[in-house]
Amino acid sequence: MPAADIVHEVSIMQSTLALAEQQARQSGAAAIHSLRMRIGTLSGVVAEALQFAFQALKADTLAAGATLEVEEVRPACWCGECRAEFEVTDFLYECPHCHRPSVDLRRGRELALVSLEVS
Amino acid sequence: MCQECGCSQKGPYKIDGQPVGEVVLSGGQHAMVEDKPAGHVHTHSHAPGHAHPHVHLDLNLPVLAQNDRFAERNRGAFQALGLVVLNVVSSPGAGKTTLLRKTLETLKGRRRAAVIVGDLATENDADRLRTTGAPVVQVTTGTLCHLEAEMISRALAKLDLKNLDLLIIENVGNLVCPASFDLGEGTRVALLSTTEGEDKPLKYPPIFQNADAVILTKTDLAEAVEFNRAAALANLRQASPKARLFETSAKTGTGISEWCDYLAGLRTR
Ligand SMILES: Nc1nc2c(ncn2[C@@H]2O[C@H](COP(=O)(O)OP(=O)(O)OP(=O)(O)O)[C@@H](O)[C@H]2O)c(=O)[nH]1
Ligand SMILES: [Mg+2]
Ligand SMILES: [Zn+2]
Ligand SMILES: [Zn+2]
Repeated sequence: MPAADIVHEVSIMQSTLALAEQQARQSGAAAIHSLRMRIGTLSGVVAEALQFAFQALKADTLAAGATLEVEEVRPACWCGECRAEFEVTDFLYECPHCHRPSVDLRRGRELALVSLEVS
Repeated sequence: MCQECGCSQKGPYKIDGQPVGEVVLSGGQHAMVEDKPAGHVHTHSHAPGHAHPHVHLDLNLPVLAQNDRFAERNRGAFQALGLVVLNVVSSPGAGKTTLLRKTLETLKGRRRAAVIVGDLATENDADRLRTTGAPVVQVTTGTLCHLEAEMISRALAKLDLKNLDLLIIENVGNLVCPASFDLGEGTRVALLSTTEGEDKPLKYPPIFQNADAVILTKTDLAEAVEFNRAAALANLRQASPKARLFETSAKTGTGISEWCDYLAGLRTR
């Protein structure tokens, strides 16, 4: 993977590892064994690149021996007209039932540290 | 981000012609991790052979990219100051600087406004805006085709924020990358000029989708370029369903007062 393509994920992973270390230390742990992240497909973060960045950055952290699990969330909007959620398939967020555009994106932009296994 | 143009490596940039060094967020490079304690903590049975029990920490904490950390910091400062902040985006030459000059002149005496303007190079746009008497900071981004939140943090230091009501950020002319970079603004404004075709909003949806206001500019040229107004408005309504729509000509002054009344009515958020 060319370096330029993962600059964004490297920055995200630095933030993630810092957050994970801080949370692990707060609970008195000395090592992180696994991290679980949740990323929306509209978050601008690519799961593969995130794994790559994790492998590159974990060495000098409490997570040096840890694994990373990434769960992806597909984007979904809420249609106020149909009172239903629909999966987003293009950039226009159009409800497939009533064809009205929705601005109420309910899922798809997540970028979160879900959980840790520590000891 | 910016996978589209490969611009993700930020090079040196300048503020009012002065080179800027690397910035370090307070608390070091990994700043602004939240101080919330861990959520539910519970131990669980672990595989035999493990010396220490593993503990599962449920966190569900958001992770912010570097730009978003700066953007959130900017947003907090804007809210604390009660400052209305616009991020104005469009393709190159759609008429941002010209409209902003008119805007500054029209709002004179009603709102104390300042501008931060981003361009790859030159101070030309800043010079054009300064003729209105408003404080203007020019950011020359060098190689970067968009403004980033950190550049705004830096530029803010040049402004007397306590004596401002409105801060207008003119982004680098580019319909792609600025969509991905939050600057901490409360209101995003996208321009579409009559000379660039009716279907731009459909070709570059992200920039229009996030807009709170969309301005159709250069309406005086519509006839000459056989601009199809109905088609453009239909496309805009589809691409920017939540945006307020304005139609302006900086040349004849059409629509400028409606636009300025809207600005004068905005509150910090
Ligand atoms: N006829 C007409 N020309 C306009 C109008 N607004 C801008 N222009 C012209 O369009 C050209 C570009 O305008 P600018 O205001 O510099 O555009 P910009 O979006 O700031 O451009 P960049 O900062 O380079 O992206 C200039 O020659 C302006 O005089 C308008 O309402 N009517
Ligand atoms: Mg300009
Ligand atoms: Zn619907
Ligand atoms: Zn770019």
